[in-house]
Amino acid sequence: MSAETLSVAIDRRYPDFALGVCHDFALDGITAIFGPSGCGKTTLLRSIAGLERGAIGRITHDAEVWQDERGTFVPPHRRGIGFVFQDARLFPHLRVEGNLRYADRRSRDHAGRGIGFDAVVAALGLAGLLARRPGELSAGEKQRVAIGRTLLARPRLLLMDEPLAALDSPRKAEILPHIAKLPTAFGVPILYVTHSLDEVTQLADRMFVLAGGRAITEGAVGEVLEHLDLESADFGDETSSILDARVVGRDDRYRLTRLDLAGQSLVMPESDFAPGELVRLRLRARDVALAMVRPEQVSIRNVLAGRVIELRAETDSAYADVLVDVGGSHLRARVTREAVDALGLAIGEPVFALIKSLAVDRRVRAPGTEPRRETGARDGA
Amino acid sequence: MTVPDLAPLWLTLQLAATTTVVLLGLGTPIAWWLATTSSRTRPFVEAVTALPLVLPPTVLGFYLLVFLSPTSSLGGLWQSATGSALTFSFSGLVVASVVYSLPFTVQPLQSSFETIGRAPLEAAAMLRAGPLDAFLSVASPMALRGYLTAAVLTFAHTIGEFGVVLMVGGNIPGRTRVISIAIYEHVETIDFASAHLLSAGMLVFSFAILLFVYVVNRRIPVKLS
Repeated sequence: MSAETLSVAIDRRYPDFALGVCHDFALDGITAIFGPSGCGKTTLLRSIAGLERGAIGRITHDAEVWQDERGTFVPPHRRGIGFVFQDARLFPHLRVEGNLRYADRRSRDHAGRGIGFDAVVAALGLAGLLARRPGELSAGEKQRVAIGRTLLARPRLLLMDEPLAALDSPRKAEILPHIAKLPTAFGVPILYVTHSLDEVTQLADRMFVLAGGRAITEGAVGEVLEHLDLESADFGDETSSILDARVVGRDDRYRLTRLDLAGQSLVMPESDFAPGELVRLRLRARDVALAMVRPEQVSIRNVLAGRVIELRAETDSAYADVLVDVGGSHLRARVTREAVDALGLAIGEPVFALIKSLAVDRRVRAPGTEPRRETGARDGA
Repeated sequence: MTVPDLAPLWLTLQLAATTTVVLLGLGTPIAWWLATTSSRTRPFVEAVTALPLVLPPTVLGFYLLVFLSPTSSLGGLWQSATGSALTFSFSGLVVASVVYSLPFTVQPLQSSFETIGRAPLEAAAMLRAGPLDAFLSVASPMALRGYLTAAVLTFAHTIGEFGVVLMVGGNIPGRTRVISIAIYEHVETIDFASAHLLSAGMLVFSFAILLFVYVVNRRIPVKLS
């Protein structure tokens, strides 16, 4: 599948807020549209869907013009877009099956997209819910049904507007893997709006950062997070580095999983990852400490040798940001400015990064690989 | 005691049923427009549709008599098209009742549509449903209670009208003599037995239909939170 392109060049003015976005989205896998609350993410998504008519400008999907300055405006139901709302918006007068069939019936002409009723029901685990009414579902179940219903509209592009925001953590954990597999299983690219960095790193391949109605940056998730200017996007303590490491084995005695990162070894608590699997690690900058010599007799087991490649001190705060190169991967550490001076940290200096806590975001597909297209008799699943 | 003439009862039911059907068709687009528009003319239209609630029936009846009479442009047009006058006819009563009961259809429907809001319709649009499709497949079934309330209120209100009917239709047996007018005449002629019978019939009938509505209303599964 060659990636389709969604070109957006729009302006939306409100009395107290303005959104101005000019960007070509390469539609492949999951692209997160990330930013703090009130930055215009939802307005952008609704404009793309055609639910917001107030935006001035041009929106095109491949060769198809959805909106332009000369008055072209393709109504939302003709754009072939799927939209998962934050509140599931199931139709209360229909049962779950009725909700799914509603979309299925209206998208028969687009059946070429290879999405079948039974395959969707199976993929989202909806079989047990079909006879229920929306009022009898939990919030997580509702959102799963909403996702299934949207898939059955056989969209060319799936827009998701903070679909997990209304759910508690266990429910989020229940739905995340379902969303992660959608692009691969059903061949639908996703634009995913969120203000949660956790969701970005767990789901997205690329991210588009929006703040105050303006685009800040765009790119592969790892690169963007590495270079993102903290203050402008207001990430606070969540600034993180993204590293890809390979699972090398398990230590059954201590219940640990061993990972390899550019020739250096890392351990993490037991997981169900298989040896050889590529996993994405997220390290919060505040969980990384630095030392000039390899520390002995310390409880922190993950120590990586590297070299300082960037140093940025925030003169109006106590902190400094240190970027460390570890065999080609980049690790960000947040330490005090006083520590930088006391240790004599400088660009090019060798350092040891001590990692206090290691979060693993399970990856469905390793970066850089083509999505596996599942073909065959989906309807019979 | 004489057996009372049942013709006024049938005429009344016929009038109420016809008016209800006409008004549900006419009131739906008006209510939908009022519920969804952001036009500045909305309060004006709202006030006009609510007028029959406030105006004395005699005032409404007087104006209707003027506009429907064969000497007016509307009444004249009707007469040249159908060969009969609108005033003092069943058709004239239907037109008058439609105007008189308009708010009883529009207001429940409008509030129902407003409660549903834009969200389910946006969801329908994103599932490839066009505006009319979304209205028929989502908005109207979700507004079922609103429709039931509108139908019953319109029906009941039409049955109960007196002043407008008397002004526009007069008291012609079999054509415009509806039950409320028949009762009035029985009382005027001191035929209290017939008045009693018809009044009691109306009382029981009205109570029964309201009871039916409230029972059914509770059983409709769609609850709008």
